[in-house]
Amino acid sequence: MKIRGRLWRFGHDVDTDAIIPARYLNTSDPQELARHCMEDADAAFVERVQPGDIIMAGKNFGCGSSREHAPLAIKAAGVSCVIAEGFARIFYRNAFNIGLPIVESPEAVQGSQEGDEVEVDLASGRISNVTRGTTFTAQPIPPFMQELIRDSGLLGHVAKRLKEQG
Amino acid sequence: MGMTITEKILAAHAGVEKVAPGEIINAQVDVALGNDITAPLAIKAFGEMGANKVFDKDKVILVPDHFTPNKDIQSAEQCRLMREFAQEQDLTHYLEVGRMGIEHALLPEMGLVGPGYLVIGADSHTCTYGALGAFATGVGSTDLAAAMAAGEIWLRVPETIKFIYRGDCQPWVGGKDLILYTIGAIGVDGALYQAMEFTGEAISALEMSGRFTMANMAIEAGGKNGIFPPDEITLEYIRGRIKNGYTLYQGDEDASYAEIKEFDVSAIDPQVACPSSPANVQGVRELTGVAIDQAVIGSCTNGRLDDLRIAAHILKGKKVAPYVRLIVIPATQEIYLQALREGLLEIFVQAGGAVSTPTCGPCLGGHMGVLGAGEVAIATTNRNFVGRMGHPTSQVYLANPAVAAASAIKGKIVHPEEVVDK
Repeated sequence: MKIRGRLWRFGHDVDTDAIIPARYLNTSDPQELARHCMEDADAAFVERVQPGDIIMAGKNFGCGSSREHAPLAIKAAGVSCVIAEGFARIFYRNAFNIGLPIVESPEAVQGSQEGDEVEVDLASGRISNVTRGTTFTAQPIPPFMQELIRDSGLLGHVAKRLKEQG
Repeated sequence: MGMTITEKILAAHAGVEKVAPGEIINAQVDVALGNDITAPLAIKAFGEMGANKVFDKDKVILVPDHFTPNKDIQSAEQCRLMREFAQEQDLTHYLEVGRMGIEHALLPEMGLVGPGYLVIGADSHTCTYGALGAFATGVGSTDLAAAMAAGEIWLRVPETIKFIYRGDCQPWVGGKDLILYTIGAIGVDGALYQAMEFTGEAISALEMSGRFTMANMAIEAGGKNGIFPPDEITLEYIRGRIKNGYTLYQGDEDASYAEIKEFDVSAIDPQVACPSSPANVQGVRELTGVAIDQAVIGSCTNGRLDDLRIAAHILKGKKVAPYVRLIVIPATQEIYLQALREGLLEIFVQAGGAVSTPTCGPCLGGHMGVLGAGEVAIATTNRNFVGRMGHPTSQVYLANPAVAAASAIKGKIVHPEEVVDK
């Protein structure tokens, strides 16, 4: 699967309160959450983000709370993928579980700027910065996570297991 | 090669002799926990998985604690969904407003978690239970749903960083200061994906309340779990509480650690994390004089009886500074009741403080003390990210209960010794 979009850059340690402030967590409706995505980091983001755009950030993206509302808000805001130098542990799991594509590549982050056009090939882990004509390779996805993706996320994986157990 | 305490608990729950860092295991869970923010999503996912029944009605625990007592109609609807699910599934532990508390203070108090348990919770501060010698970690709602359905969870076995705290703590220095100091030293991703094992003579001397505070904030360093080897203090705490047995694990002498970090605690002052990162830590003396609008004493980090006793000791016979709001939130009904019996609540009210029923409330900018534009709070909570307690331009300083109480009296950040002798 190939994803192509325009980059939005954020810094290191983007926390889940920045991605979706807790004051909006009295709902779990993804469209409602999407209206406040990244609000405390960049209030204009929601108005300007286009379907397919890509978020690019530094290390420890998604640190803080366990709220799955964070990747849900990003996905529902139309963001197609998050490329970061690294992800916080719970966010990493949550993103896979809800089907938000994420890739780790410090080199791609360091070699790209806001507004660049980038193409990500999730299968091969190849990241091409179309604007600059450069390519990078993402950290490989652990085999177990690949299995989760094959089962269409954790929902599908557990449904399969429940079926096996009868 | 031996195993760490974390590896032993994981191996036991995966039904294998041995595990090693990096390995992916499928582990049985002893407790699966959700709250009024995360459970509604989990319940939806539970249905979508095709699950009908929870794996064990005694082991799935739901606590409405974040926006409760319901702050608005939407919050009420989330709680209603959760309550209906609890009734339909006949859950043994649906812990209702008026009989509950902040989940991470409540579960240990009720003896629902204990040494050797594997606990997953859809709340990042689930790591608190590591204070008891349990493996406990936060997950998202879909992971919770899977655990509620199947009673198991996939986990990557973490490497362990061993922290050794040497020396005796100064007056007014406790678990909150040790963990803030640690996060300040290693950063908000200093223990990313790793287990944080807390040891040393300063830890052996630490009461359970201080250990809960430290384990609670392991996530603030990116840790998967924080863990304390169980000892006499642990056993004293669980006596008469634990209902379903427990197992005491200790790490092997030849266990392998990713890193060993040693700190001398004897020179550490009370610590304060400045806006807007729990790793932006300084000694309280460096910050003396920073004006505050609000002081919050409570939360899953520091809302326990010991915390309230320290705050009351400082506030007794004193008054909160003009134009400053002091908000005190006992973490559970049991703590509230005991604080009432001991006269602590009277001290807070006499001092001009507001006392609230247990709730996470202001910690996450939910209700019961949300900050306006540019306002500054000192709080005994765990996070001070931008907008965490309210308006994006408000600021939060994190500190221990003594510093928060003393600062409420002075209207600015001060060392507790400026207000009262030890």
